[in-house]
Amino acid sequence: MKIIVLMKQTFDTEAKITLDGQGKINRQGVNLIINPYDEFAVEEALRIKEKHGGEVVLVSVGADSVQEALRQALAMGADRAVLINPEMEEVDEFTTATILARAVSGLGYDLILGGWRAIDDGSAQVAGRVAEILDLPVVNQVTKIEIEAGKAVATRDIEGGNEVVEVSLPAVLTAQKGLNEPRYPTMKGIMQAKKKPMEKKNLADLGLSADQAAPKVKVLEYFLPKPRAAGKILEGEVPEAVAALVKALREEAKVI
Amino acid sequence: MLPKGGAFLLEQSNPADVFTPEDLTEEHRLIAQTVADFVEKEVVPRDAELEAQKEGLMRELLEKAGELGLLSADIPEEYGGSDLGKIASMLITENVSTGGAFALGHGDHTGIGSLPIVLFGNEDQKKRYLPGLASGKLIGAYALTEPGAGSDALAARTRAVLSPDGKSYLLNGEKIFITNAGFADIFTTYAKIDGQHFTAFIVERNTPGFTLGAEEKKMGIKGSSTRSLIFEDAPVPVENVLGEIGRGHVIAFNILNIGRLKLGAGCVGSARRAINLALQYALQRHQFNTPIASFGLIQHKFAQMAAKAYAAESAVYRLTGVIEEALRGKRAGREIAAAIEEYAIECSICKVLGSETLDYIVDEMVQIYGGYGYIQEYPAERFYRDARINRIFEGTNEINRLIIPATLVRKALKGQLPLIDAAQALAKEILNLRTALPEDDGKPLAAERDMLVRAKKLFLLIGGQAVEKYGDKLADQQEIIGILADLAIQIYAMESAVLRALKAWEADPETAAAKLDLARGYLYDNFPLLEKLTRESLAFIFEGDLLSTQLAVAKRLCKYQPIDLIRLRRQITGRMLEAEKYVV
Repeated sequence: MKIIVLMKQTFDTEAKITLDGQGKINRQGVNLIINPYDEFAVEEALRIKEKHGGEVVLVSVGADSVQEALRQALAMGADRAVLINPEMEEVDEFTTATILARAVSGLGYDLILGGWRAIDDGSAQVAGRVAEILDLPVVNQVTKIEIEAGKAVATRDIEGGNEVVEVSLPAVLTAQKGLNEPRYPTMKGIMQAKKKPMEKKNLADLGLSADQAAPKVKVLEYFLPKPRAAGKILEGEVPEAVAALVKALREEAKVI
Repeated sequence: MLPKGGAFLLEQSNPADVFTPEDLTEEHRLIAQTVADFVEKEVVPRDAELEAQKEGLMRELLEKAGELGLLSADIPEEYGGSDLGKIASMLITENVSTGGAFALGHGDHTGIGSLPIVLFGNEDQKKRYLPGLASGKLIGAYALTEPGAGSDALAARTRAVLSPDGKSYLLNGEKIFITNAGFADIFTTYAKIDGQHFTAFIVERNTPGFTLGAEEKKMGIKGSSTRSLIFEDAPVPVENVLGEIGRGHVIAFNILNIGRLKLGAGCVGSARRAINLALQYALQRHQFNTPIASFGLIQHKFAQMAAKAYAAESAVYRLTGVIEEALRGKRAGREIAAAIEEYAIECSICKVLGSETLDYIVDEMVQIYGGYGYIQEYPAERFYRDARINRIFEGTNEINRLIIPATLVRKALKGQLPLIDAAQALAKEILNLRTALPEDDGKPLAAERDMLVRAKKLFLLIGGQAVEKYGDKLADQQEIIGILADLAIQIYAMESAVLRALKAWEADPETAAAKLDLARGYLYDNFPLLEKLTRESLAFIFEGDLLSTQLAVAKRLCKYQPIDLIRLRRQITGRMLEAEKYVV
């Protein structure tokens, strides 16, 4: 069974986001990690491989720095990795999905896993777009996967309960928290990971032109949320306090 | 090229030749990250249970760590280890250190609990014990100290006599303060065969006649097990004699060398954690409607804490890099031990520097937390208590201070270090000492590098005069030895801080700003101490006109142009406040 895992490197969940002089997100000194939802996908791929045999191939779009995240997943036990550097200033979900789909179709697959969203931009579009381009079924936010002959049975959280979905393979499944508890890479795994194949490609290697992958969405501006003002406690008797509250809601907060 | 142990006091080093945290490979960083994650997710949540010494928990966590390979970095692959090298081993220690008592259990097991067998065990002993120690199925401990033999370890009174059938040695005696004793399976201990020949033994837990004393009630590291071992005609098979009969001291002292470096690394990890916690607290704690992190006196503290942590970190990594290089290709345990022993001076320096840096930092941590720093519910109180032991075990800092000059003199007498030539050359040079400003070579820290050159001359001046005056009676003047040790420690710390910043600058001037500031912050804070130490020692060694002449020489060597330290410190803290953590 050949399992592809779509992986993204993101800021650490505890990273402090700042903007640089050009109003772009400052990446300096920020700790980078595997997108936690993608890490669930890596873990699930490894478990499926351990049970059914096969190969786990990681595919990611990004700059050279992404190698570190890929090495970590290789250290967890994935077999090889492909990193495509689009060499673009900015990318959008269309760009990423176009590149991933092209790379994945060249690799061949029985199952494609990914996180249901990345914790940085949170768009939750890429895996779905890849499925669309490859004309594959997609099941989002799964918390349990069972592989049977030619099909997968996936459980997903829905409002007030669970939904169990059967899908024929190949398919794209996206991981939700609760799917599993990712393992730590072992020290041996880390040392072995550097010997595992890591292919680095650019758009031309995939037969894509910059135009074909050019983003359709342009970011106009990044800004940080306003710092939260201190709360206010209205004192006095209830009737006066309520009156003051209504006044504040109307005049200061301007919500009523 | 590999420097000789202690040579840093005589020669200048190049930034390109020192190992720094910035030189870690991708694998090293991943190892550090994995260990930090493991501690954060598996150990920290169980801190309260660990602190209460919940039965079986330490073992459970050590076994989990073993599954990841966190116990086997120093164990060769053929015995089930992962043989990751000393840099990786140090990184594991450094990152485990934030795990409170777990760090003690881990450090004791992987360090002094396993290394005697790794380095000095015979084939049979390695095969029997190392795979278990590597996986955590077996836990190791080390028992050297006795009620009457602490720093004076060779005064041990535990005795061993060969049993009538010649199959085992019967041990009698008591060992105290033994970390991991409560749950360890094997103990490396020492006894004098026939009351004379100091010898190491591997003792298994289930040995008849071997019992444990009660848990000690300690000031800190309460989660770690500390008990005494009592041997009453306890038979230890002759196959479990470790190393040669009568050569136990070789094992005891060698194991301590690497243990001291590891202790330094652990202190560096704890120090960073303490700074980060204090920083987060200072950012959210408001007084006078202002976060206390905004106040000058608090910022001053953070800058000092960071500069000290940076210097200690630089020293520990520098030595780790040297030892990694020195061990390259060496397989035999004795060869490894000898290669590490070459750097006994630097190992002692890292132990003293690391533990005193950590103690300074946790003390300021309590102060920054204010009243909350004194309350057990907040982390500062624990850090403060837990840190204190580091200045005591693995050789007290006093013993380690004595080791530094004593080892230097021994190396000089053996012809391993041209210490005497250097002191004589200095004596000639002293009459026309250069006091001009250093030449500008286009690189930063020119004045600071010149200060280092002069600091080394100061060391030679005092060392040379002390040896000349007291000869082989120098050992009786412990205060002078202590001053020489302090000079050596400061020189190593200052130089490591400067070389690291220079190396970073040569790689990329843009990202070196913080390191340059930290190096300057450390240097200008500590260089003036050298003058005080120098005057004190000269006033003891000399009197009258001779003293005046020597003081005049020292004054020229101690001269420096002050910088605006206050603004520099604000800048150092400013960077940390922005990042909300210790940054270099």
